[in-house]
Amino acid sequence: MTRWLPRTYLTLVYILLYVPIVVLVVFSFNESRTGYAWGGLSLRWYEALFNNRAMVNAMWNSLWLALSAATISTVIGALTALALHRYRFRGKKLLNGMLFVVMMSPEIVLAISLLALFLLVGLQLGYVSLLLAHVTFCLPFVVITVMARLSGFDESLPEAARDLGASDFTMTRTVLIPVIMPALLAGWLLGFTLSLDDVVVSTFVGGPSYEILPLRIYSMVRVGLKPEVNALGTLLLVFSLVMLMLSQWILIRSKR
Amino acid sequence: MHSVMQQPFKTAVLILVWGWLLFLVLAPNLLVVGASVMTRDPVSFLSLPLNLDAYRQLFDPLYLEVFLHSLYMAAMTTLVCLLIGYPFAWALSKVGKQRQLILIFLLIVPFWTNSLVRTYALKLILATNGLLNSALMSIGLIDEPLQLLYTEGAVIIGLVYLLLPFMILPLYSVFEDLKQELLLASHDLGAGRLSTFIHVIVPLTLPGVLAGVMLVLLPAMGLFFVPDILGGSRNLLVGNVIKNQFLDARNWPFGAAASIVLTVTMAFLMFAHRLSKRRIGEEGA
Repeated sequence: MTRWLPRTYLTLVYILLYVPIVVLVVFSFNESRTGYAWGGLSLRWYEALFNNRAMVNAMWNSLWLALSAATISTVIGALTALALHRYRFRGKKLLNGMLFVVMMSPEIVLAISLLALFLLVGLQLGYVSLLLAHVTFCLPFVVITVMARLSGFDESLPEAARDLGASDFTMTRTVLIPVIMPALLAGWLLGFTLSLDDVVVSTFVGGPSYEILPLRIYSMVRVGLKPEVNALGTLLLVFSLVMLMLSQWILIRSKR
Repeated sequence: MHSVMQQPFKTAVLILVWGWLLFLVLAPNLLVVGASVMTRDPVSFLSLPLNLDAYRQLFDPLYLEVFLHSLYMAAMTTLVCLLIGYPFAWALSKVGKQRQLILIFLLIVPFWTNSLVRTYALKLILATNGLLNSALMSIGLIDEPLQLLYTEGAVIIGLVYLLLPFMILPLYSVFEDLKQELLLASHDLGAGRLSTFIHVIVPLTLPGVLAGVMLVLLPAMGLFFVPDILGGSRNLLVGNVIKNQFLDARNWPFGAAASIVLTVTMAFLMFAHRLSKRRIGEEGA
């Protein structure tokens, strides 16, 4: 097969994928208000962004939500992965299946089911409802990441620890946790990003008492063009790029 | 197998996990099933008696049209993703290992970037006085701007843009597993390129295709913010209907029934995926 054809094709698709992102970044430094024509270099939209108190507030709320959701889902997800890996118990297949279904279900299905639950039990929509929902959709991703790490792991280590008299808890703490550490970090970062990015679920289970960034962006972009969104998008892009590189770096380094 | 000392840890972990899943996954989903057969109530959202009115309402011509249109747009999205993604994944699997890692990284960067912001970026390009129209006019291809935004095409472009990596990644993984010996064997047995493609490559990559279809088709019916930003009021997704029924019209039974349609579609696709994988497992053995 000729070599240049697949390469040209790959390059073309990558260009298409990145054009909108590049346009966004370039326009975030655009002086012009209309948004379409170039009016000179400027940082005014970044300034406008940080002077918007509601926006900054939503940013902090989102960061805190993502931080807590990622942490809780990493703890529960890691324990789940350990249980699935180490224990035999009834309903193991069902547990696996449920996690798979959560991961595959369209977000909107999860969203309305959680909304129905929260209203039924009388939970006020806000930070807690968002947190429960975000942990739920992050959970399967953490489980998978940790399971992948555990599956390539030497079984004689935990055996040795147990022979030396360690309890399950001690063995988990001293042997398994260090082994799955890279997967924990990668899963945490993935959960953090998923939470920060979520629009669909948050639209349903969020409330006015706790405004978060994606919902704020959503209400801004629905009508017309808002140059501040370019600046905000650029910041988010840089932020997720750093997070992604960090997680890749952790995973690659751990394989050596 | 385990001594009594070890049991508390195991029990605690299992209770935590099962508790979470039963309370936040199983119970809510049962609630939705329940809601779909109840009667709409303006005060408490739901009331008795039980009936199938919500499902009947799905076949109301007004909604049926929206559903079919949404299904059409989702199918087109899936098809476009497949047409772009299949050769893409193939080409990707042929690149050298080191470069492959970088290319995959580049593929998932957009996935880690806020999807609303990316959809909004498309608006900058597709708008009447946006970049694409300006570019086409400046090279003299068109005389006046085309209406690109708020069309069916814009929604499909938006969905493809957001969902393409979800098609490519499963396809890439099946192409990675494709054994070169099988292709050589097919060639040695006298099969031409086309014949090898149809009889060997397509069946072996089918699980990847189905996984990709599953990961694209369903979200393509649910991502309500894409039509909100790019499509205008005439190009709604099932997701928009569910959202309107739940959050604005407060018609829970109908919203729930619409969501169950999505779930059933998902179950069907998962079943097909399983079946195709099992078939290959048997033949490959």
